[in-house]
This record gives sequence, C-alpha cells and structure tokens, in this order.
Amino acid sequence: MTAALNLRSVRGRRSGPKRSARQRMIGLGRALGIAAFMFAVLLPFYYMFLLSVKPIASLLRDPGSLFISIEDFTLSTYVEVLGPVSGGGQGFLTFLGNSALVALISVIVALAVALPGAYAIARLPFFGHRQVNALFIAAYLFPAIVVAIPLFVLFTRLGLRGSLVGLIFVYTAQTVPVAIYMLRNYFETVPVSIEEAGLVDGLSRLGILRRITLPLSMPSIAATGLFVFMIAWNEFLFALLFLIDKRDNWTVSLGLSQLSGSVEVSTTVLMAGSVVLTLPIIVLFFVVERYLTGGLTAGAEKG
Amino acid sequence: MRPHTANRRRTLAQRDARLGLTLISPTLLIVIAAVVVPLLWSVLISFQRLKLIEIGVANPFAPLTLANFNRVIGSGILWSSLSTTVVYTVGSVALSITLGVIAAMLVRKPFRGRTLVRATFLLPYVAPIVAVTFVWRTMLNPQFGIINEFGQKVLGWSEPIPFLSQASADWNLLGAHIPVPTALLTVIAFEGWRNFPFAFLFVMARLEAMSREPEEAALVDGAGYLQSFRYIVLPQLAPVIALLAILRTIWTFNDFDNIFLLTGGGAGTQVASIQMYTLLTVQRNVGAASAQSVILAILLILMLAIYLLILRRRGEKA
Repeated sequence: MTAALNLRSVRGRRSGPKRSARQRMIGLGRALGIAAFMFAVLLPFYYMFLLSVKPIASLLRDPGSLFISIEDFTLSTYVEVLGPVSGGGQGFLTFLGNSALVALISVIVALAVALPGAYAIARLPFFGHRQVNALFIAAYLFPAIVVAIPLFVLFTRLGLRGSLVGLIFVYTAQTVPVAIYMLRNYFETVPVSIEEAGLVDGLSRLGILRRITLPLSMPSIAATGLFVFMIAWNEFLFALLFLIDKRDNWTVSLGLSQLSGSVEVSTTVLMAGSVVLTLPIIVLFFVVERYLTGGLTAGAEKG
Repeated sequence: MRPHTANRRRTLAQRDARLGLTLISPTLLIVIAAVVVPLLWSVLISFQRLKLIEIGVANPFAPLTLANFNRVIGSGILWSSLSTTVVYTVGSVALSITLGVIAAMLVRKPFRGRTLVRATFLLPYVAPIVAVTFVWRTMLNPQFGIINEFGQKVLGWSEPIPFLSQASADWNLLGAHIPVPTALLTVIAFEGWRNFPFAFLFVMARLEAMSREPEEAALVDGAGYLQSFRYIVLPQLAPVIALLAILRTIWTFNDFDNIFLLTGGGAGTQVASIQMYTLLTVQRNVGAASAQSVILAILLILMLAIYLLILRRRGEKA
C-alpha cells in the first residue's frame, strides 16, 4: 500500500501539464466505463423492481417509462403472488417455504459432511489423498445435466421423485465438492504450529478440529454455508426434473418458471415473484461478499 | 520409555491416516453415489432400450444395443446441435472474459465507493437464474419490453425486434444481405452479462497481486495506456485467462438453464443439452437421451483433462 502511494507521488511530481491532461482523459474514460457497467448490471434489477410495483395496465399504457408515479404504485402484485391458490393467489409463500427448507437442510448436511472431509484433505496424509482430491475437482466441474438422467431414473424407482428429500440429496452432492474446496483452502492457512501445540497439550485430532481449527475458521464456514444456500436456492434443472408434477412441493425458481410460461398470470405479478426470489440472495450476498470472493478465487492469484 | 517414542510416533501417523479416511468417507460416498455411479449407469442406459414410461420398472440387466447411438448420431440432430453449442460456447466465453477483463481494469485504481461497485458487478452472477432470465425476457418483449420501446422511440427502429424468437434476420449492409442469428446472439449477450463477474473476480485477484512498477516505469517512459496494457498487463494475465477460458468452456458447453429459460431451445438455439432434454421429455426416449449425455460427457472429460494438464503445468512453475 505504502509502495503504491509513494509511486503515485513520484509520478505526480514528474508529470507536466500535458501528462495530467491525458490522465484526466483516462480518468474520465474510466468513470464513464464504470458508469456504463453499473447501468448494464443494475438496469434489469431496477426494471424487475419497477414492474413489480406497477399495475399491468400502467405497464401496457406506457411501456417505455422507467419511473413510477405515486398514484400507480401498488403492492397488490405481492399480495397476489404470495397468497394461497385457494384465495386466488399464486402460492409463492408455500414455494418460499419449500425453497428455504431445501436450502437450509442442504447447507446443514453439506457442512456436516464437508467440514471433516476438508480437514482430512488439508491436514491428514491418508491413502489415496491425491486421487480423492482430483475426484472432487472433477465432480465440482462436472455439469449437472450429464448425471441428470440416471438420477431421474433412480429417484423414480426409489419413489423419491417429487419429494423434497431427493432434491436435498442432489443439492448436497452438488455442493459438497465446492464446499470442500473452499474450506480446505482456508484450513490450509491455519498455522500447523498452533495445531501441533494442541497435540503436545494432549488434544486428539478431533479435539484439535473442534477446539482450534473450527473456531478459527468461522468466517470461512459461514461464507461456505451461504454459498451452498445460494446454489440450492437458485437451482432450477433438478427442481424441474423432479418436482414438476407436484405443485405443492415447487420451489420458488420452479414456480416462477412454470407460471411465466402461462398467459393467465400477469407479468407484473410475476415480477413481484422475481423480487421475492431474488431479494434474499442479494441481501445474503452483500452480508458475506467479502469472505465469499476471497474463498472462491483463492489460488487464482498464483497466476 | 525411549523405544516407545518411535513406536508412538508411527502410530500417530497411522492413526492420522486412518482418521483421514474416516473423515473423508461421507463425502466420498456422496460424491460416488451422486456423480460416479450415475455416470456409469448413464453409460449402461445408453446401450439399452428404455422409454420414459418404463423407468418405474427399469432393469439394469436389459440386453445391450447400439440403437441409441445410431439414432442420435445418424439422425443428424447431434451434429446440428453440437455446431450450435460450439458457436454459443465460443461466443459466450469470449464475450464474458472480455467484459470481465475490461471491468477489472476499470476498477483497478482505488476510488471512493470501489468496494460497493465491485460487489455490484457480481450481482448478475449470484442472482437466481430464473428471475434474471424472466426479466431479460420481459425487457426484450416485442410488445411492451423496454428495449424495443427504446429502439423504436429513440433509435428509430421501424418495427420491434423479436430478440428471442427470431432465428435469423437479414441485415442490409451496403447492399449485401447478411443473415444474422438473432436469438443465438441474444442468448450469447445474456451469457456475457450473466458470467462476466466470474472472469472479473479472477482477473481482479490476479491484478491485485501484480506489481505495478513495470507499468509505472513504462508510463514515465511515455508509453500509452493501451500500450502498457497490451505489452505489460495482458501477458501477465494470460495464464488466468487461459484458466478462465477452459473453466467457462466446460460450464457453458453443457449449459441448460439459460437457454431453456430464455428461448426454450427454439429459434436456432437448440444446444446439445436442450436436445438431450427434448429426447427425454418430448420423445420420451431415455436411452437416446442417455446416449446424447454420454457423448457430452466424453467431450467434457477431454476438456477436463486439458484443464488438469494446465493446472499441473502451473503447479510446476509456481
């Protein structure tokens, strides 16, 4: 940091009027570039929110409007989308409950499985260590679509298709490799000397994991858990394959995609559904963003 | 006591190894049960006749046949879907990495609000896919979408463009008619928007670890901004860009959600994964769908091998 500051002051001293004019141009270009990216990134989210608080008539009357007048503002879209089907709503409250349940249990199971696993990979020299590691990387990179058919057949035979249990199993399996990857990277930064001190003091390996490593890794564990939550909450393909016949078990993602194909539900109501689906993820993301980005790119800066 | 120490140390290492296996085994079991076994089973099904209606009583020991592969490869659908997939993948990967590099260069220098800007740039990547595709579809809607409204009112388009349902349009460029695959380009644009944050993250991490001194020296010596990017920054980014290219190719090649949710695979966007889904749910032919997925898996394993090779090369250098 100080080195960078020094360099800048050196450059400042050397730059004549010509250079500073050029640098102002570059600075202006950069500001415009950032503004353009911000606009492109945020426009869809703003549009989502905008349409969710408008009556459909107002949208059709003036489709180009990027603002909402006070008299048009409505929350009835949210009432309709969240309300139970029996009351004329779309039942998203049930879908929200399903999504939350599936995502939360997936987080708990994935962490329970991945924490000891990541510790073993980071610290313990067991037989087949490298092969296991390679298997997990491959499993992490393997797209779901390739294993979707056999899982579909298997779950049909087991009678688990249509149940949330099957979905939780798939989500756990899909997130465990990436959870292991993130946690292992963090465990490896915990100094071995601290753990050895614990060994000398008579703690067992499991005691070390529980008393030393886990407490030290809390931020990373929280970030990993939230990452798993996001994957499970956002997932679409398996929800589509497994749950499509059982409306009561639909997740929010599946519900939104199914209803957006029909003409009976108005776009603004579905936009309210989109907001309901997106908002929890955005809030969670801003809470853990710092830890999350560090964990995901660990190792990338090696170049 | 002395002879005991060596003994105890060995047993500690052994105990560690055994504990390691115990701790890893739940993960290993799950990954084997949900990835490895299904993959093998998929290979088996691809050599058997299996209709969707029969899967409740599917028999793993049914006789083997090559009919599925004949059907998938012989029909020509595979090749057309694969060529669409390749165009889609190359376009999406190139676009998302280019945008990611530009975005990372833009926010490289500290400024007020930088943390917030960087976090905001990641939103397209973390937001639920169903929600963002729905918003894009609405924005691009020919009747009341904001983009067509803007194009007609401000840019002077004579009629709305059906971005997601038009397979190809004729662009009249200096008298030459150039066919443009509208829907395919639109889903590629969506991919660029959705996935540039992933490249952005990796490139940003690399830029932060990079020494600025060579660039500062070049600037003092009168090199332009673009020159210093081209000759100093870009070569240092090359390894991370290569890594990104292969990672994104692996994921985009088998991508299902984005296209399914945007176009449903219509209008010239029938990629291989959508083709597989159609075989499964419309033609109800589980065997043929499996054959298609096995072909995809083989291509994927080839790409993974390249990826692991790159990783190993990087490891040796580090």
